[in-house]
Amino acid sequence: MEVRELELDLDAFEGPFDLLLTLVLKEELDLAEVDIAGIVIAFCERLAERGELDLEACGEFLVLVAALLELKARGLFPDEEAELLELEPEEAAEELARRLAEYRRAKEAAAWLAERLEGEGDRFFRLGPAPLAPRVERRLAPQEPAVLVAALRALAAEPPAVSLAHLELRFPPVSQFLERFRALLGRRRVFDLDAELDGMTRIEQAVAFLAVLELRRSGEVALEQAAPFAPIRVRRAESETERRPAWTGTARSA
Amino acid sequence: MDGDRPLRLITSSPVDRLARTVEALLVVASQPLSADELAAAANEDPERIETALRLLAERFAEGRSGIVLEHVAGGWAFRASREAAEACGRLFERPVERGLTAASLETLAIVAYLGPVSRPEIARIRGVAADSVVAGLVERGLIAEAGREEGIGGAVRYRTTPLFERVFGLESLSQLPRLDDVGEDAVEIRARLETVAERRGA
Repeated sequence: MEVRELELDLDAFEGPFDLLLTLVLKEELDLAEVDIAGIVIAFCERLAERGELDLEACGEFLVLVAALLELKARGLFPDEEAELLELEPEEAAEELARRLAEYRRAKEAAAWLAERLEGEGDRFFRLGPAPLAPRVERRLAPQEPAVLVAALRALAAEPPAVSLAHLELRFPPVSQFLERFRALLGRRRVFDLDAELDGMTRIEQAVAFLAVLELRRSGEVALEQAAPFAPIRVRRAESETERRPAWTGTARSA
Repeated sequence: MDGDRPLRLITSSPVDRLARTVEALLVVASQPLSADELAAAANEDPERIETALRLLAERFAEGRSGIVLEHVAGGWAFRASREAAEACGRLFERPVERGLTAASLETLAIVAYLGPVSRPEIARIRGVAADSVVAGLVERGLIAEAGREEGIGGAVRYRTTPLFERVFGLESLSQLPRLDDVGEDAVEIRARLETVAERRGA
């Protein structure tokens, strides 16, 4: 009996055993896909057909299958191999037993599922995708037409004109203050600017100050101020000497 | 015949009317409906829904009707009676479970018992890569993704779907038998391994 010519009919491979070995060694067939138990069963069947124990064939087969198993195991646990080597023999045995038990448990559960499937195979039911739930409609409370009319009327009413008065800046003309100050200077030689500005708005005060500056520029008046923020005194210019430019009180006294 | 009186085939008590509503809801549903879902749709008390369901379960029972009410996958659903299975089988097959291999069933068992579980974990237990088997089960709708393992780039984890429970006729996963004898297995296997080791040492 020639082990190498053993015909195999597996999920992953169909053909003689030595072709399988060749393909595995050439890495054209992934050993992880190969059911090695299937090979053993095929060999045992062949052996049983013979009716006589071929020791030589058995020996050869054992060596080959052991090599295949080792290759497959290494391929399946490339990283964990190192892990296992670090373990004490006692621990390794325990780890192995644990894994085998875990796998056996999965197999038992699978067997139960297969049995269940067999028993439940005559339960036919309709299958389909879950339909979409309807959109929730948000209902409005009943409304009085009169209320709606009132609401619309309020919306349609012309809005009151918004006053922009507070935004408006009214600048009185500078000429108005020029005339006023000239008239004042006609009656008095000197006047106190602050006293004249008293009671005016900020804008009027600013324009009045511009008028004073204008009078100073044209040489009609001389200005005096003892210190910053001190009252400004406006004096009628009477001589040519007083018509020279003098912006501050100190300039005048110099 | 008195033409003025409306024709009444059934005297409708409120429970009877509710039972008809529940019946209608179950007919239009493509998936099992829970008592709460039925209560929400019927705008009724869950307790009264349970009463209506008991009434329907009696009416739609094996041997009484071609349509059978069953409690499955956490809800209630209609299915064909078992005695009509052969005829149904001539009309169509149950594609979900067609050609479920031993490998698929093992993987399905691992996901059902240990889920959510990742592909590497399945591969570690079964000793072979689980990629194609897992993809096949996802395609059949028997398992579905259920998040990822913790940590960056964690592997996708899988759990079984309500369809799995329906195909296998389970009210819920808690109906799976307990596999408590596993502890004994480990001890037994270890004893065998030790025997082998002793012989080798001798």
